[in-house]
Parts: sequence; structure tokens; C-alpha cells
Amino acid sequence: MTTVTTTSIPAVKAEGVGKTFPTKGGDVVALTGVELEVAAGEFVSLIGPSGCGKSTLLRLIADLDEASTGTLEIFGKPARAARVDQDYGIAFQQSGLLPWRTVAGNMALPLELHGVGAADRVTRVAELAELVGLSDFVDRYPDQLSGGMQQRVAIARALAEHPRLLLMDEPFGALDEMTREYLQSELARIAAETAAAVVFVTHSIPEAVFLSDRVVVMSPRPGRITDVIETGLGANRAEALRESPEYFAKVTEVREALHGAPVERANER
Amino acid sequence: MTLREVQGPTALPNWLRFVAPVVVGILLVAVWVLAVDVLKIAPRMVPGPAAIGAELALRIGIIGDDMLITGTNALVGLLFGALLGVVLAGFAAAARPIDGMLAPLVAALAVVPIVALTPILNTMFGASSQFGRQAVAAIAAFIPVFINVLRGLRQTRPVHRDLLRASGATGWQTFRKLTLPTALPYLVTGVRIAASLAVISALVAEYFGGPADGIGTAIASYAKSGRAALAWAYVAGAIAIGLLFFLVTSLLERLVTRRSPV
Amino acid sequence: MRRWTAVAWGAAGILAVAVAWELYKFLGPADGFVVGAIAGETGSGVMLLPRAHDRAMPHLWDMVARLFESTSGGDTPPLIVSVASAALLTLGIAAVGWAIGVAVGMLLGLAMQRWRLVEWGLLPWIVVSQTVPLIAFAPVVNVIGNQIDRGGFPWPQWVSVAVIASYLAFFPVAIGALKGLGSPDRIHLDLMRSYAAGYRSTLLRLRLPAAVPYLLPALRLAAANAVVGAVVAEVSIGMRGGIGRMLIQLAGQGSSDPAAPWGPTFGSIALGLVAAGSVALVGLALRNYRRGEATA
Repeated sequence: MTTVTTTSIPAVKAEGVGKTFPTKGGDVVALTGVELEVAAGEFVSLIGPSGCGKSTLLRLIADLDEASTGTLEIFGKPARAARVDQDYGIAFQQSGLLPWRTVAGNMALPLELHGVGAADRVTRVAELAELVGLSDFVDRYPDQLSGGMQQRVAIARALAEHPRLLLMDEPFGALDEMTREYLQSELARIAAETAAAVVFVTHSIPEAVFLSDRVVVMSPRPGRITDVIETGLGANRAEALRESPEYFAKVTEVREALHGAPVERANER
Repeated sequence: MTLREVQGPTALPNWLRFVAPVVVGILLVAVWVLAVDVLKIAPRMVPGPAAIGAELALRIGIIGDDMLITGTNALVGLLFGALLGVVLAGFAAAARPIDGMLAPLVAALAVVPIVALTPILNTMFGASSQFGRQAVAAIAAFIPVFINVLRGLRQTRPVHRDLLRASGATGWQTFRKLTLPTALPYLVTGVRIAASLAVISALVAEYFGGPADGIGTAIASYAKSGRAALAWAYVAGAIAIGLLFFLVTSLLERLVTRRSPV
Repeated sequence: MRRWTAVAWGAAGILAVAVAWELYKFLGPADGFVVGAIAGETGSGVMLLPRAHDRAMPHLWDMVARLFESTSGGDTPPLIVSVASAALLTLGIAAVGWAIGVAVGMLLGLAMQRWRLVEWGLLPWIVVSQTVPLIAFAPVVNVIGNQIDRGGFPWPQWVSVAVIASYLAFFPVAIGALKGLGSPDRIHLDLMRSYAAGYRSTLLRLRLPAAVPYLLPALRLAAANAVVGAVVAEVSIGMRGGIGRMLIQLAGQGSSDPAAPWGPTFGSIALGLVAAGSVALVGLALRNYRRGEATA
């Protein structure tokens, strides 16, 4: 996306990060030995089969869970400080919109929570709605929107406070293919415009390659990173890219990296 | 190995689930004894547990007789009310017009004080018999059973209905193999709710007339004549009946819903 | 169009009950139908059908006519007026009881949802508390109330009635609040956590709105329970002016004036309907909080 300067603080810096869950049948190692650096403004995807720890890693970065081992720094601070300082925005697979609030109300939620004044909120919501193309729908309720539109609201909400880091956990997973491709292009455009770093969890190889600067391949039991692949597809992600030979070559490379690691059908989490 | 959801770093041990209410109970009893026997600040109407226990042991005979009367009224009411609820729910599920007529009536019945009907029912069934009280208990029991069974009869999932239709099942077969098993958990839930309501209704109905027996009238008359400990001993009997009904129907519900369709 | 057909069927239902009543009076056995009676023992067996004669089951038109005759002869106002004023008084007391019960129930629900230990410790007792019959508490509350009143702090009888009504009302609210406040799914809780929102923010903006669909039926049930509690407490304490006492009084005259008890009975029914209807209006105002999240 944007060119990475080596002198700026990395958005995410993980060293030796691991997470173990105690269960009745003994400890489950969800993640181990994660070494990862995401530069400011870089788009990184985490891909792998179920149980490889990609969502766990995202949750650790978001300080929704605590790492068992290792250090994790977000913009040079510990994860908890980054959350308290609201350095990131997050979007989940289910849009997580509050059903009793309108689109505008949902987009304004983080602003309200952090004491942004009413007039400023109105302005910002208008900007966000325009950014995701939903200006005509700000007074609708979530149950009046399609799944794709709900996700767009969720993405707008994640961007409400100009975060330098976007965390996304399979946000397009519940959508049909056409809507998916459309939203991928939109996300690529938005990420470029806002110059935010993005950590994007996905199950889809084409999606990972289309969106990212680097694709991090993970595998389960124990959850770990097995490969990191540079896509080298440039800063401009147009639709035409989907037909290009370089794109297909990278998709193949990621697919082979995935299958090279043992792909055991672990239980869904 | 399955990954269980972790409750977080502040997870409470499971045994606390049983210990906590017991501790609260002991605290309540302690405060009670403190107020009555030690500090002597309780009014005359609230005797200590020892006094109540003594009366209970002494009068268990007459208390038992009255428990039997009220308990029987509740049971008869529960059975008739549940039966009526099942039958009418069946009609309502089968025919829209019947549902249209019944739904508002039942909704209205659910919010009116049913025990207020006791004087009327006593007149209709004879004030010297238990039938009026049984009728009140029956009405109280009918409502939750009707509502729950009706809901249960409508809960068959479209995918299951499609399956049976594609397998060439007749209407009766579909009813027996799909609708009935789907509705059964709802029925037992309704019966559990109805059981507690039947007991309370049978008891409170005694307050509105009828023969001079049963736990309710005993509590009222002994409270009025100042024999507080005996009145509370009767209350203990009432609680015992209530708990019995609750436990039996809860057990039934547990057994039936273990393999309920999801 | 569908709304009107529903209302029409509802009216048909009421009409059907009225017709059934008169039909039964016309066709039914004058002394009822008893199964399993033992000869010579009155009250034995099970009476499956009630007695149909005029003293036990007055004609509908007699009931209506009686409403417009004087309450107890002479100059007393028509029955319908006495019933209305008594019902209004009981409604007011029940409303106070409901408010107290809702407040207590909400506090308990909040505490139980916030601290699991409180839920584990208190919930079983709260459930058991509902098996204790009202009749036991009414005299106790009345006596304590009288003591407080004599001690200088005013405590009129109706306050005792309200307290007893609140005892029946708090339970559904506590349960509904507990369920509702704990209902938001993981994803919404994660969202609030990602916003570093504290307990109070999360409570105000997530848990309370999410609890509305659980609280509204609980509030309705609490209203109906408060009415029952008020009526029973009035009878138990012997409070004058309420509909409970009127029920008992006129029931006592049932053999000489069979249509009279139907006045306060209709009043009680109206009372329950009005109480529930008022809560339904609250539900109307909170419409937006009942929207479920629909996926495409």
C-alpha cells in the first residue's frame, strides 16, 4: 500500500508470542513462537485452516485476550495501553451492529463513548458514511440492511476515530462472492486513503493475495506461523488485478505454502 | 481434544455454585435467630425457628390433613388444567379461527387475578365442596400449558417438514414422528410452570370462601388468633407442597428435554 | 386488514363464551355433574360440570342489570360506580407495589448479573421465595406497619398492601433483568471492550438496551402479579375501599343476591387488563429496542 519507512514505529511487533488455554482435558496450545512485524501502513493477512491460531493472534493484538508468553507491542506500547488509547479499530465476521441504533447511531458509538461532541459526531458520521458509500442509508436500522451493507457500516465504525491500525477478523466471511469482491476493492481503497496498517484474518486465499502486502501462512497444532509471502503486487489494487498472471502465481504460491504444512481438519472453534 | 471456552482469569470454582446458596441460607437463619431469640426485636408475629419447629412436630397430624386437602386441590386442578390446555392447544394449532378466538381470551386470562373468580366459582360448584378451589387451580394451570403447547406445536423446523414430506409421510405420520416429539419439551415446561401456579392458586383461593379446611384458611385463622408459631408451621407445610410439585415437575422436564430437538 | 380480522375473531371469542354460558344454563344439569360421588357424602367425588340454576349461574342480562342497581339498597350508588372506585383504589395501590417491585427486581438483577457469586447465592432463594404463599406475610407486614405507624412514622394500611404486592412483582423483574442484562452476545461485548468502555458505559449502551425484550414481558407479568397481590392482601388485612374486600362482602350475600358478586369480579378482570395494558404502552414507546439483528 504505502511505502514502508524503516524508521517509523511498527504497528505490530510480536516476539515469541504464545497463548495456551487451560481446558478440562489438559492445556491447548493455540499459539506458539509467533514472530511478526507489521509496519505502519502495511496490509498483512493471516491465513490458515481452522485452529491455526489466526483469530487468537488477532484477539491478542486487540487485547481481547492476554498472551501467555512473549511480548506484543502495538505502536511501541503494550496491547492493553494501545486499547485504552484507542489506537486501533476492529471489525468482526458478524457485523456486530447494535440493532436498536440506526446506521448513524452505530457509526457514532465509539465517538459517543469517547466524549466527542455532538456537532463533531455528526460531521464525522457524514464523512464515514460517504467513505463507505452509505450516505443515503444513515437513518436505516440494521434489520433493514443487507449483509454487505451491515459490514460496510461495521468497517466505517472501525474507522471512526482515525485509527492507525485496523484489525479485521474474517469480515467478509458471511457474504456471497460478488459482494465479497466488491467489498475487497472498497477496503483496499479505504486502507490506501487512510494509510492505516491492517491485520486481516481470512480463510480465502484469493482474498488474502488481492488485499495484502504480505500473506502470513499459519498452521495448527500447535498454532504457529509457517511462512510469510510477499505479494509484491503494488499499491494500486484494481479489479483488473484479479485477472493478471502475477496474481495467479502468488495465489498458487500461497496455496502450496498452505498445503505444504500438515492440514488436519481440526474441530471448529 | 475440544477447546472449551475459558471463563477468564476470574473463573469461579464450580463447587461454589452449591455452597453459595447454602451459605446465604445459613446467614438468613442466623439473622432470623438473632432478631428473635437473642435481640428480641422481632414482632410477635415472627417467632423463632425453634418455636416453629416445635409446633410443626407437635401438630404434624392436623397440618398433614390440611396439606392433603390443599395438595389434592392443586393436583386435581393441575391435571384438569393441563389436559384442557393440551386439547385446546391442539384445536388452536389445527384451526386458525379457533386460534383467533382463543388467543385474546387466554391473553386476557393470563393478566387477570384468577383467584378473584373464586367466589363465583364457589357459588357455581357449591361452597361446601372443594370444587371451586380446584376450578381456580385448573384455570391457573391451563394458561401456561396452553401457551407452551401451542408454541411447541408450531416449532417444527421447515427443514424437518420438508424432509418428511419428501419421504412421502402422511399427515398423521408427520404428526406422530415430528410434531409431537417437537412439542413434548414445551408441554413439560408448561406443566412445570403450571404446577407452582396451581399450588399457590389452590391455597390463595381458600381465602376467598369455601369450606373451613385447607392450609390457607388455617394460616389465616391462626394468624388472626395470635398463634403465630402454628401459623408459620402451616406455612412450612405450604412451602413443602410447593417444593414437592416444583421438584417433581422439574425432574420430569429435565428427563424429557435431554434429547430435545435443537 | 389483518389487524381487523384479529380483533373480529377476538370479539367472536368473547361472544362464543357468552353464548356458551347461556347455552349451558339452558341445557346443563341444574345440580351439576359429579363423578365418583359417594351417596350421602356431600362434596365427594369430582364435579365436572357446574350447577346451572339461576342462583349458581345468573343470566348474563341479570348480571348487567345488577350493575346499574344500587350497591346495597337505599341511597347507595349504583354497583358499577362502587366497583369502579374500588377498582381504581386497588389499581393505585397495585401500581405503587409494582413500582417498588420493579425497583427491587432491577437492583437484584443488576447485582446478580454483575457478580456471578451473588447470582449463585441469591437466585435459588429468590426462586424459593415465590413458593411461600402471600397469606403468610400479609398479617406480619400489617403488624409491623402498625408498629411503625404508632412509633410516629406514618404507615397507613394501604402501604402494607403495596409492600405485599411488590413481593409478588419483584420476582419476574429480577429474573427478566438477569437474563436480559446477560443476553448480549460475545461479539458485542468484545466490541465494547475494544472501545475500552467501562462497566457503566457497557451497561448503559449495551446491556440495558439489550435487556428490553426480556424486561417488557417481565414488567407485564409483574403488573398482573401486583394486582393479584394487592387484591389478596386487601382481603387478608381487611382493608376497606378496595376491590378485594368488596369481593368477599358481596360473595357473602351470594345466596340472596346472586348477580351482585359479578360486579367486583368484572371489576377485578378490568383491573388486570388495565394494568397489563399500561405496561404494553410502555412497550410501544420502547419499540426500537426490540429490533432483532437480521442477516441478509
